[in-house]
Amino acid sequence: MTTQHISVTVNGEAHEADVEPRLLLVHFLRDSLGLTGTHVGCDTSNCGACTVHVDGESAKSCTMLAVQANGHEVKTIEGLADGATLHPLQQAFWDQHGLQCGFCTPGMIMQAAWLLKQNDDPSEGEIREGISGNLCRCTGYVNIVKAIQQAAGTLNASESAPVLAAATVDGQEVSAEPAAAG
Amino acid sequence: MIPGQFDYVRPGSLDEVLAILKDREGEAKLLSGGYSLIPLIKLRLAQPALLVDIADLSGLDGISETDDELRIGARATHRQIRDNDIVRNRYPSLVDLAGVIGDPQVRNWGTIGGSVAHADPASDWPAMLLAVNARIVCRSQTGEREIKARDFFLDTFQTAIEPTEVLTEIRLPRRPRGAGAAYTKLERKVGDFATCGSAVMVRLAAEGTISSAGVGLTGVAASPFAATDAEAILVGQMPSEELFRRAGDAAGAQADPAGDVRGPVEYKRAMAAEMTVRSLRSAVARALSFA
Amino acid sequence: MTTETERELRTSPEIGGMGHSVKRKEDPRFIRGAGEYIDDVNLPGQLWMDIVRSPYAHATIKGIDASEALKIPGVLAVITGADLEKAGLHWMPTLAGDKQMVLPTHTVMYQSQEVAAVVATTKYIAADGVAAVFVDYEPLQVVTDPFKALLPDAPILRPDRAADKQTNHIWHWESGDAAKADAALEAAEVRISEDIYIPRIHVASIETCGCVADWDAVRGQLTLHMTSQAPHAIRTVLALVSGLPEQNIRVKTHDIGGGFGGKVPVYPGYVLAVVASLTVGKPVKWIEDRSENLQADSFARDYHIHAEMGATKDGKITGLKVKTVADHGYTDAAADPSKFPAGLFNVITGSYDFDNAFVEVDGVYTNKPPGGVAYRCSFRVTEAVHAIERMVDILAHQIGKDPAQLRMENFIQKDQFPYKTPTGWEYDSGDYGPALQKAMDMIDYDGLRKEQIEKRARGELMGIGISSFTEIVGAGPSKDFDIIGIKMFDSCEIRVHPTGKVIARIGVQSQGQGHETTFAQIIAEELGFPVQDIKIEYGDTDTAPYGLGTYASRSTPVAGAATAMASRKILDKARKLAAHLLEASEDDLDWEPGKFSVKGSPDRFKTIQEIAFAAYTNHPQGMEAGLEAVDYYDPPNLTFPFGSYICVVDIDKGTGQVHVRRFVAVDDCGNIINPMIVDGQIHGGLTMGLAPSLYEQITYDDLGNNLAGTFMDYLVPTAMETPAWEVAKTVTPSPHHPFGAKGVGESATVGAPPAIANAVVDALWHLGVRNIDIPITPQKVWAILHENGIS
Repeated sequence: MTTQHISVTVNGEAHEADVEPRLLLVHFLRDSLGLTGTHVGCDTSNCGACTVHVDGESAKSCTMLAVQANGHEVKTIEGLADGATLHPLQQAFWDQHGLQCGFCTPGMIMQAAWLLKQNDDPSEGEIREGISGNLCRCTGYVNIVKAIQQAAGTLNASESAPVLAAATVDGQEVSAEPAAAG
Repeated sequence: MIPGQFDYVRPGSLDEVLAILKDREGEAKLLSGGYSLIPLIKLRLAQPALLVDIADLSGLDGISETDDELRIGARATHRQIRDNDIVRNRYPSLVDLAGVIGDPQVRNWGTIGGSVAHADPASDWPAMLLAVNARIVCRSQTGEREIKARDFFLDTFQTAIEPTEVLTEIRLPRRPRGAGAAYTKLERKVGDFATCGSAVMVRLAAEGTISSAGVGLTGVAASPFAATDAEAILVGQMPSEELFRRAGDAAGAQADPAGDVRGPVEYKRAMAAEMTVRSLRSAVARALSFA
Repeated sequence: MTTETERELRTSPEIGGMGHSVKRKEDPRFIRGAGEYIDDVNLPGQLWMDIVRSPYAHATIKGIDASEALKIPGVLAVITGADLEKAGLHWMPTLAGDKQMVLPTHTVMYQSQEVAAVVATTKYIAADGVAAVFVDYEPLQVVTDPFKALLPDAPILRPDRAADKQTNHIWHWESGDAAKADAALEAAEVRISEDIYIPRIHVASIETCGCVADWDAVRGQLTLHMTSQAPHAIRTVLALVSGLPEQNIRVKTHDIGGGFGGKVPVYPGYVLAVVASLTVGKPVKWIEDRSENLQADSFARDYHIHAEMGATKDGKITGLKVKTVADHGYTDAAADPSKFPAGLFNVITGSYDFDNAFVEVDGVYTNKPPGGVAYRCSFRVTEAVHAIERMVDILAHQIGKDPAQLRMENFIQKDQFPYKTPTGWEYDSGDYGPALQKAMDMIDYDGLRKEQIEKRARGELMGIGISSFTEIVGAGPSKDFDIIGIKMFDSCEIRVHPTGKVIARIGVQSQGQGHETTFAQIIAEELGFPVQDIKIEYGDTDTAPYGLGTYASRSTPVAGAATAMASRKILDKARKLAAHLLEASEDDLDWEPGKFSVKGSPDRFKTIQEIAFAAYTNHPQGMEAGLEAVDYYDPPNLTFPFGSYICVVDIDKGTGQVHVRRFVAVDDCGNIINPMIVDGQIHGGLTMGLAPSLYEQITYDDLGNNLAGTFMDYLVPTAMETPAWEVAKTVTPSPHHPFGAKGVGESATVGAPPAIANAVVDALWHLGVRNIDIPITPQKVWAILHENGIS
């Protein structure tokens, strides 16, 4: 079993490891680095639960080898929030009930984050196309679309300043009727 | 889900790649975007001994236009092609086609060269390359050659590329005035391979008749093919619904689909016709607007 | 009937009781990728297990050669049926009272059946081990058609059954009165009959199944971390099968990425992981691939239905007779309540008022994986509703009456509830007409019918389909319901801390339904503690009170009721404490959520928090300290949510593709805890109704090869296929439920498919089409159009 040495920057942190060439990037992230937020949902590259960013482009990390990421930058769901401050997409998914079991959510949010970098004001049709590589079984996509629309609005509203999401203290946010409840 | 073992190299130059392909002929497999190859490796349907990753080769992803050609580098991703200004301005059919390959993540990483070299019998690019009579450029240690698209797709997953060659560029004829193209794909759901895809190119003469036509089909034969019978019906004729129907039916008749989960033979044949008709309508409309 | 906007909210948003769309308390970890799913559980020293599976649907095993696998460094063991046989573990009971193989000793019975288990030091080496195990198979004749399975010359798939049961016929089940149904059909002025096939599908939650089995030999303790919708039942089954004492078995669930019924059965992989851990004395992890999940885990549907309906010439239904052949795969592992091998299929009389019905179902063995109720179906209610709603639409079209009108004329009326159906169910409450009318108004039904006439004149194909379903959920009363003998109560245990905070544990199991939020809301409503001060736990059998788990939309009807009842026991004690603190008699106290006050002196009050503190610091002499209660709730009846859905489709004549233009869903699930969460359940349920209507199907060829065994071919809808669902509510409370609620999780999956199928048939009726079996694929529609010369 020959291994190769790789250097990968993940969520801004440099990592060195010796890996088999066949090690999938998703397994490197989950098992070697303990970043279990990225999930495996299928074995034919259809479901998108494993979506991360590689050099800023969304990618299915189950369809990439860790050795391909050598010398590149990877961003996972764990790298999206700014410390305690949620990314507007994270806040929006919470506000709009855009998740139920949560398993597709990291991949969905990462794909949406890439989409909004490409298109900061997508139509509903563009959103649906933008997430067409991510399967969800729980939500029927309605509230995911709303969440992405909310996040687009938030990101556009404060273009220059860093976006501060609504103050949250985990699990202790006082209930509020969301902007457009069902 | 877990691949078998293999070796992996990521050379920095095309010369190195070509040398490896020669040394390890038959054992080495090129890796471009990986969205065709890695799924096969995960299912252990492909078990190459050595993966040669060409991601570090520079100069292979350019998109440019010469007086005669639109040249697309093999490493251009489907999304880069779709977003390219030249393509958006003058080749809307390629925007359409690139937009229906897989899903957004696939389009971010999958490359035209990797896809064409893989030659899935239901993949999208081959239909267009056949319709427009593109040329596929392959490099080996001994030099470079152009292979005509119509000589390229030999059988299911089999192309004219030699094991010691690398596909480096796709060259499409530059779109002349009075020409238009379209690609219409029928799929079971977004992201699927084509149940049937029909790419059509037409060029109209000054008097409005079709001076040349190309029809490429995918998903309805052992490999993508040019529907030459349909082309023959179109050339010299004035565009009309009735003409489109006849050409479509001829394309369907020339198809040799397999009955499978995407539908029975009769259905696929009829869809080959229907997709061709829809592509013809769109291609002719584009030709008229590009007079 | 009230709408949700009319119902008064009793609590403030800060308390967050019934009716508030409280944002979910569980979300902070999920949006950060900090959820803990089974594949995120990793124990020290853990080994990995992977499974060798049969490529054949029916074959004799001539031999298993694991020698090459065992040579691979890191492969520690290969377990076969022969190994299990020594411990009597090669067969085990199913939740339906049949038995299933853990590993075969002689014969495999379905493609992808588990044949051997490889235990290795890493996931990758375990996979290499699987690839290196060589099994010598001798293929046998395959039985995939349940009708052929019943013929005398069919191979007997289960020779292990008793001598007088050497047949592929599993059981026969009946409900209703055959003589009355026959007489009604004989006398009917209009008689229709139809064959309706509802194919096999697979629920395919985005997370597959898995476990980490951890045998601690020193403590004699087995901990099974697993994806299970019913952890307590699993613990008891494990105790009975393994002989380990039940107090030393702990089943622990973690976050579950979707269940929908697919995580109820006991799959061989779980048992094998337990055996492996017991054998090697280390934790053993097993996580199945998607292909394994689709090809081997419990399916749903596969009902071949023959239905006959009688009516007057004006369309008043007088009788219904239904005969169904149920394809169960090679064993009956459908997790139905034990008296209901066909689940609650006899709810098939639906929302309609008539007296004569007879339903019979025959279960049959075939060479396919076992299962039957794992896809959000409420125990076969999807099948029942599809059949009745299709028949009602066929009746309407045949006599030329508008399908909405026909339904209105046949609906059980509000004043007829509680309503006893001819198959023995007592519907608790309903008000069907207003729900249908609301849907019709929302979609402009009259306008659509006009549009349809105009379009048809131009040769365009547009269809409108209605589904007015009655659901049956909340299993169930102990006199009728048990799963392998365990009654289907559910439970809640609540404890209030001195500082006025609450912990509650329940016997059900969220897989995305938001129980951490909604069950806190129930307690908030009953006791006035703010939702944010209430912690909800479930899934650890060492601490949670015994429950039967979450499936068939039973959590709110049963565990929700238990939660309310436990809260009310606490309220009783709180009243006594308040009386003590306020020096008043209990009769002189008023209660509003969060405080007791003295009648006539509202400035004299004690908050529930003050009362909680007093329970530990200032309780009256003779009263026990503390403030807690537990309730095991035996529901007196099921609950009957209902709804009306209307779907508009446009058909592409060239390709046969069906485009859902609009879909309006009006649901009634009684009093609503969290409107936002209910809407989310409807959105998701509708999408799981769309999927089998147009896209999903598991088919087998004649050799038993699964033709949809990966997500390449099992077509789960993306956001592009899924319409923008339009949802609304009516509210008709359940009279017997402590807070008037009914279940809702599956309503939309039950109600949606017939709305879509009815719409397509409505578009094509003028071509002589009476029924198209789902999934309504483009090629099916195209074939009809082609036959009729339409393109």
